[in-house]
Amino acid sequence: MNISTPLTEEVVRQLKVGDAVEITGVVVTGRDAVHKYLAKGGELPPGVSLTGSIIYHCGPVVFKDEAGNWKVTAAGPTTSIREEPYQGDIIKKFGVRAVIGKGGMGDRTLAACQEAGAVYLHAIGGAAQVLAEHITKVRNVYFLEKFGSPEAIWELDVVKFPAVVTMDAHGNSLHKEVLAHSQAELAKRV
Amino acid sequence: MNTWQDSLIELIRRTSAEIPDDVQRAILAALEREKKGTIAESAMKIIEHNIALAKQKSQPICQDTGSVLFYVDSPAGFDQISFTEAARNAVKLATQKGYLRQNSVDSLTGKNDGTNLGPGAPTIHFHQHKEAAVSVRLMLKGGGCENVGAQYSLPDETIKADRDMAGCRKAILDAVLQAQGKGCGPGVLGVCIGGDRATGYEFSKIQFLRTLDDRNPNPELDKLEQDILNTANELGIGPMGFGGKTTLLGVKICAANRVPASFFVSISYMCWAYRRHGARLDATGKIMDWLY
Repeated sequence: MNISTPLTEEVVRQLKVGDAVEITGVVVTGRDAVHKYLAKGGELPPGVSLTGSIIYHCGPVVFKDEAGNWKVTAAGPTTSIREEPYQGDIIKKFGVRAVIGKGGMGDRTLAACQEAGAVYLHAIGGAAQVLAEHITKVRNVYFLEKFGSPEAIWELDVVKFPAVVTMDAHGNSLHKEVLAHSQAELAKRV
Repeated sequence: MNTWQDSLIELIRRTSAEIPDDVQRAILAALEREKKGTIAESAMKIIEHNIALAKQKSQPICQDTGSVLFYVDSPAGFDQISFTEAARNAVKLATQKGYLRQNSVDSLTGKNDGTNLGPGAPTIHFHQHKEAAVSVRLMLKGGGCENVGAQYSLPDETIKADRDMAGCRKAILDAVLQAQGKGCGPGVLGVCIGGDRATGYEFSKIQFLRTLDDRNPNPELDKLEQDILNTANELGIGPMGFGGKTTLLGVKICAANRVPASFFVSISYMCWAYRRHGARLDATGKIMDWLY
């Protein structure tokens, strides 16, 4: 399924756990430092809005080419669960419609997704080269000095960026299902 | 020391961009095993494509280029101070070339100076051996998989694990369950039974220097390795935790003596982006051959 930014609640509510999506539009990176900063009352840089946005849990490898343009050379997702203390509040406060990451998130984020109309999109962890190929341009970077390159906010153009819906806006989580199933299977074997 | 430095930059490039053959074979086998048309299969396809693309472009397989861990076996009299200097320069230059991400953060100030140098960065383990050549193995271990490592102190009531092999098995399988897909599975376990807390983890990581298709010379540990691998792959966690047939690509276990009062089981998890290479270098620092 193709989805594009800015995302609307209507589109997001149609997505179900297990759906493969391809994202076209703008995504903004944000990881540990940015989430803590925003959750503790920090303000977005001037000109940045997260309404209808997609936050990508990613610390890319980024280079300036000879012409002075930024180029993303590696950009897979980082582990999302570290943002669990902050993510739900940020989704609700800023109107975020989707989060891309890896490993899934917990109950607070799942509840916020259901309440506000947002989804968690799982990208393939470690697939930094394949995913970088879907990033066509660096539009802007914020907090580069403040947080360092991996932790900065990178605003990226993406085309057909592949991910899987693993937490939807209806309270379903593939991660909860797989955990429960694997727990039951392990109990039979120890 | 420029020859040393250049050789080590090449070792870093190769480790960051090229998956070792033994790991690639295991990944291809896992792709074949997954049911066609599932999200687990599509995850393995993306992984396979990513491996090819990274090699072709000579760019990092994963953007988290990890903790930089050198394991050096050298003859007596080898100049470790000069080697350390060459390795630090190589890391700094490899970062400038984009083989490594600016990945090292001052734990007190939160500053990332972009060099990948600092206390413990890189880490170099030196050992002596009887050969004239210097063997340098390098592991780049990402944070996602490092975070799902676990250390159990037996007995552990929560998982009903006693101080015996059955208890070790329970601890190792519990670590697999807890990790789910968060460590970028399908992964590989390195395990040490026994030791103190620090050496237990250190030895568990050294297990990753073994090739995936080797067999443990100790029959009891070999049996446990095969058992954990088969059992973990029956749990249905699958690639990325999407559900599926391959949860682990391999299990490597060693044992170390313990004091009577302690019984640790230390488990390190390596992601599918298993970056490990090694080279034998002559006395001038020139690469003679590759180890993997």
